[in-house]
This record gives sequence, C-alpha cells and structure tokens, in this order.
Amino acid sequence: MSKFIVSPSPHIHSGNSVQKSMYGVIVALLPALAVSLVFFGLGALIITLTAILSCVIFEYVIQKYLLKGEPTILDGSAILTGLLLAFNVPSNLPIWMMVVGAAVAIGIAKMTFGGLGNNPFNPALAGRVFMLISFPVHMTSWPKPEILPLTYIDAVTGATPLGIMKEGLAKGDSLTNIMTQIPSFTDMLIGKMGGSLGEISAIALLIGFVYLLWKKIITWHIPVSVIGAVAIFTAILHGANPQAYAGPVFHIFTGGLLLGAIFMATDYVTSPMSKTGMLIYGTMIGVITILIRVFGAYPEGVSFAILIMNAFTPLINKYIKPKRYGEILK
Amino acid sequence: MKTFKIGGIHPPENKLSANKTIQVAPLPTQAIVMLGQCLGAPSTPVVEKGSEVKVGTLLAKSSGFVSANLHAPVSGKVVKIDEFIDASGYKKSAVVIDVEGDVWEDAIDRSTTLIKEIKASKEEIIKKIADAGIVGLGGATFPTHIKLTPPPGKTAEVLIINGVECEPYLTSDHQLMMEKGEEIVVGITILMKAIGVNRAIIGIENNKPDAIAHLRKIVAQYSGIEVCPLKVQYPQGGEKQLIDAIINRQVPSGTLPVEVGAVVQNIGTAFAVYEAVQKNKPLFERIITITGKSVKTPCNLLARIGTPFSQLIDFCGGLPNDTAKIVGGGPMMGKALVSVDVPMTKGSSGLLMIPEAEAQRQTIRNCIRCGKCVSACAMGIEPFLLMATSERAMWEEAESAHIMDCIECGSCMFVCPSNRPLLDYIRLGKAKVGAIIRSRK
Repeated sequence: MSKFIVSPSPHIHSGNSVQKSMYGVIVALLPALAVSLVFFGLGALIITLTAILSCVIFEYVIQKYLLKGEPTILDGSAILTGLLLAFNVPSNLPIWMMVVGAAVAIGIAKMTFGGLGNNPFNPALAGRVFMLISFPVHMTSWPKPEILPLTYIDAVTGATPLGIMKEGLAKGDSLTNIMTQIPSFTDMLIGKMGGSLGEISAIALLIGFVYLLWKKIITWHIPVSVIGAVAIFTAILHGANPQAYAGPVFHIFTGGLLLGAIFMATDYVTSPMSKTGMLIYGTMIGVITILIRVFGAYPEGVSFAILIMNAFTPLINKYIKPKRYGEILK
Repeated sequence: MKTFKIGGIHPPENKLSANKTIQVAPLPTQAIVMLGQCLGAPSTPVVEKGSEVKVGTLLAKSSGFVSANLHAPVSGKVVKIDEFIDASGYKKSAVVIDVEGDVWEDAIDRSTTLIKEIKASKEEIIKKIADAGIVGLGGATFPTHIKLTPPPGKTAEVLIINGVECEPYLTSDHQLMMEKGEEIVVGITILMKAIGVNRAIIGIENNKPDAIAHLRKIVAQYSGIEVCPLKVQYPQGGEKQLIDAIINRQVPSGTLPVEVGAVVQNIGTAFAVYEAVQKNKPLFERIITITGKSVKTPCNLLARIGTPFSQLIDFCGGLPNDTAKIVGGGPMMGKALVSVDVPMTKGSSGLLMIPEAEAQRQTIRNCIRCGKCVSACAMGIEPFLLMATSERAMWEEAESAHIMDCIECGSCMFVCPSNRPLLDYIRLGKAKVGAIIRSRK
C-alpha cells in the first residue's frame, strides 16, 4: 500500500508568500527610485545601495550570530527596509550615517522585537527618526534636483517646499509671496524639487500605488484615508485663512506624504488588520501630519505621525473588530 | 450580481470534469457500507452475517434523533459486520456485502419516466425521506428529514437550493443539474410541500451559465421557483453565506437558518428526494467527481455507496504515479484519506488526487499581520487572533473572539502569505471551547 500525505483541509494554497508581497512592494518603488536617480544622480545610487546592503548584512549577522537562527534575508523584508530608509533621507548623507541608520532600523526597531512580524514600529521610519534627531543638520539639507548629477556630498543644497513655507511664515511673509518661491505644480508631480531621496515624484509614487492595488498587495483604505484626511483638514484651514495656511494640493504633493501614505503607513506589520481600523489609523495619520506641519516645530510630520499611530495599532486591533456575520440582526 | 457580503476568496476553479456526462460506475465485488455515514449517531444494523440482501434492502436503522437509515447498495450476502478504516482514518463499524448479481427491491420504480404529480401528503413526504435515509449531499450529511421539520415556533418562508458547488474541482452537482434538471425541480416542489413554503430559489454561481439557463427553462413551467445567478466566490456554498447572498439576511450566531425563514437543501439532495418520494428509491448511490490534475480521465460517476475508492479511481484511468495526497471531497474542505481502500459514503461528493508538487505545506513563517485572513474570513472573525489564543490555550479569549462561529472553510489558510496553520489551531480551539460550553449546561 502506498503512503499518502494526510493533513487537515484546506489542501490548496493561494501561493501568496511573504517574499511575493515584499518584492511586490520593492517593484512598486522602482519608478520612484528611477526618478531619484535622474534628479539626484550618483548620491541617490550610493545612498540606496549603502542602505540596502547595510540592512541585509545587519539582519544576516544578527540572525545568524546573535540569535543563532536561520537567516531569512531572502524574504525581501530587509531589502525593503533598506530601500525605504534610503527613500527617507537626503541623497547627500554621509555613508557612515546611513549605516548607523540601518543599524538602528534593523538592529533596534526590528530584530530586538523578534524580527519580521513582531516589530511594533516601522523599522525604516524608526531609523529615519533616529537619524533626524541625531544628525539634524545633515538630515535637513537637501540637494537641489539636477539632471543626472555626479556630485555626492558636495552637492548644492536647497530647502524643501515645506521648509520654504515654514521659514517664510515664521518670518511673517504672506503665503501668496511664499508660493512664488516654491516649485510649480508640474515640477512637484514629476519630482523636480528638493526633498528626501524617494519622496519627490508624485507621479512615480502613484504609479507604485496603482501597481500595489493591482497586485492586491495593499488595499486602498490606508492611503486614501491618509490623503483624504490631509485634504479635508487643510481645505478647512485654507478656507478659514488662505494667507496663513496652504491648501490641500500643496500639502499632498510636497514632503513625504505620498511616500508615507502609500508605502510606509501600509506596512503590514505595524498597521491595523480590519478595514475600519485601517480607516481610523489612516485618518489619524493625516490629521497628526498636518498638526505637526502647520502647528509644530518641524516642517514635515509624516514620519512622526505614522510612528505615533503605529503605537496605537495594537489598541485599534483590540477594539475595532471587523463586521461579524449575523451581527447586524442582534 | 448577488453574492455574500463578508469576506470570501476566489481559488482557481480547476473544474477538469466539467461537462463530462455522468457514467455509471461498475459494481464492486464487495461493498463496505459504513454504519456512520451521516452527521449524528451511527445507524444500528438490522441484518446479520449471512443475511441475503437486495439493492435497497434496509441494512441499518436510524439510532437517534440525528441519525439516518442505511440501505444495501448492492444485492448479495452479508459476509461480516466488522471494523473498517473510513475516510476519517479511524476504524469504524461497517456492513460488508459480497455482491451477487444486481437484484433490486421490487418496490423501487426503475423506469426513467418523470413523475411530476405529488401524491404524498406533507407527513408522508417527510416519512418517506426519513425512511429512504436521505442526508444533505453537499457534504455536511445532516439528515434531511430533521431539517424539514422546523423547531416549534419557527416558520420557514423560503426554500433555498444550493447549486453553488463553490469547491474547486467538483462538478457533480453541475452535471446533475444538466442531466437531471426536471427531476431536481420536481424534488424541489416536493421539498416545498414538505416545508410548507410557496417560494424556492436555486442559487447557482455564474461560472455555470449552462446550468442557469437550463434550470431557468425548466422552472418557467412551475410557480414559485426561481433561479438566482451568483457571482463566483468561495465559500458561497456555505449555508450561511448562501442565505446572505440570496435573500440578504444573516443567520444570527448559534441559531438555525430557519431563524431568518430559510431552509437550505443541496441540488443532490433535491434529486435524492425526488427519487425517494416518486420512485421509492432509498439513498444508496450518488454522483461523485473523480478528478485531479494528473488523473487520466476526470469523470463524474454514478456510484454505489460502499464501493471502494480504488475501483472508482481505476475506472478513471488509475491512480496517477505522482499522487501524494488523496482528498475525499473538494480541496478546500475535503478530508485527506489514508488509503484508496476507503469506501464511498453518502457524503462523498468528490475524490481529488493531488500531485506531489502541490501536496506539501510550505514552511511556516512569522505572522506579518497583513490582515489577509481577516479580509478573507466569511464569518467576519479574526483567524490570526483565534490561532494565537488557541496556541496559548486561552480558551475564554477564544470564545469571546467567537471561535465557535468558524465554519472551517479554510479561506484564511488559503490566503496566508506565511503559510500559518490557522485552521488547524482554530479546530483545536473549537473542540476545546465547545467542550467547555457543553460542560456549563
């Protein structure tokens, strides 16, 4: 009698895997990476490679020699963390700072909690915020976009649109005046503006968003609620005082909002699991981002907003339950 | 297009045996009739070693409220009543009959003439169905006559007929609808009379447009019966999901469908009811799909209960060499069999040979909290949480997370990117929590 495998149902699997999801997100980030390579040239290349390599090596070393386990670097999550970390820093950052950032992202934010799936905070964002606080000057001097520049550390720097606005408003300039100094809307769409490596091109990020939706890697709930909350909140502020507060278009297409909403806030591990939970989480990220941008000390608030809401995710998961079958009839 | 509202997945359909005409499987040389073939108590044998039986002779009686009669699927001599390994992998009692000829009980009408007129009264119908040992043929094998008598105080408004066949690979209901549409519809009118409703809706997924069109043409001659096409989505054939899809009502947790005025019966059951009531034929044979990617000729067979699966597989070209797993039923909810010598029972809707490449489960990884199991869950509960609580023996938490609502459709495990054994742990949790709930009473 031949032997057969006996296991409980189901006997088929969708073929979905952690790797497929991770590499899917990496593919979705490629258009934005391409734009960065065009506008930030050599610096973007060096920073991206450094970040990815450091994240992968740190994860391998920690898993193999500290935790004495089977390294899972091929699942793509360390590569993704590296890529996202690079996307969140200026492209003229010194290499050693990038390596430190990667060590914090992988070593502290991810592996100390038990690796992929157990980290309460988005590792790339934790690394980024660590760098922002530790190296404030380097983390806030952005190179000016050029076409395929070969400069790296010595690139000509300039402020981001959000920085220009914050500074201008602090000096008492009128918003109409400030707006003449920021890039045109077309430049914002294609990404011809100062900013962190991967956040500049709205079009490239939106192409990635469409790809993620098409591949069913993420659902629309988080990105749309983040962007929607920002749009509504800034529209109200702008409507109340157009001279003090910029409108929704400016806030959505500048800074790290799209990168954060589409790629960082949607991180599986650190975002809520039910659809209602996702909407609450996304809305709060949008609101906190604008609170920081408009009323806070920093010109940009997406990273902080996401990290703050990461902390609320377990609470949201506990109290916001999916709609249960048969519940409505009670 | 209608469908159920919560969760759901769309696994590859792989209906390899679609549109294959139903063939009559050859008689076995020995039939092994398991005594426990329905949900509930095993039947009590009324024959003994040496008894001569005809096809349709009562073999074993219903032994409780939830239990059903069993009839001889073959004619011949009872050689033993012994323990035999069934689909569960455990040894259970069975009546073994050596086949001699094919002599049917005289009362059975073997003609193919369609009898539309229903002479039997409501009570007679239910009695005939009980006598014929009919159980739900969709796979749950719940005795049909019990479902036809709603508990006191509840009234049924509508009869829902399950022609969904949402399990991948299976085509037996589809083919039955194509070939025995008239009989099925008469069966439905019988069931309507038995329940006392004047409305019946047949739910069919729109991947079977031929069946939808065919049955629509037939039901046009009857009043009160309609066909409802449904958007393809698994597990639409689940009773609760089907009710939600068709009449837009949800059965409250822990209650029966009749709570929302619905009684659900399977297509195959409706056909068996027709045969029992109009033709005096007990349930001793059924349609079974023999299928699999490497199977030479995937088939829909009319086979006698008690036929060893090995014979059915041989009929369809033999067991493929690369077979690593054999599933009784569909790939989502079917049971893996320990051997091909297991006999067919009333609940055998299909037999699936899974090749080596697809039979092994993949390495389990950490939960990455992607929430795909939550989105897929057709009951709107949280599989990741139920697994976590069961893994840690947190039974109270599992209960308050509604673990008992789980219908074990397997959608959560199907979509899990980390290959986590969600349903394995949920089953364990359900067993434990169920025992705790019962001990409170």
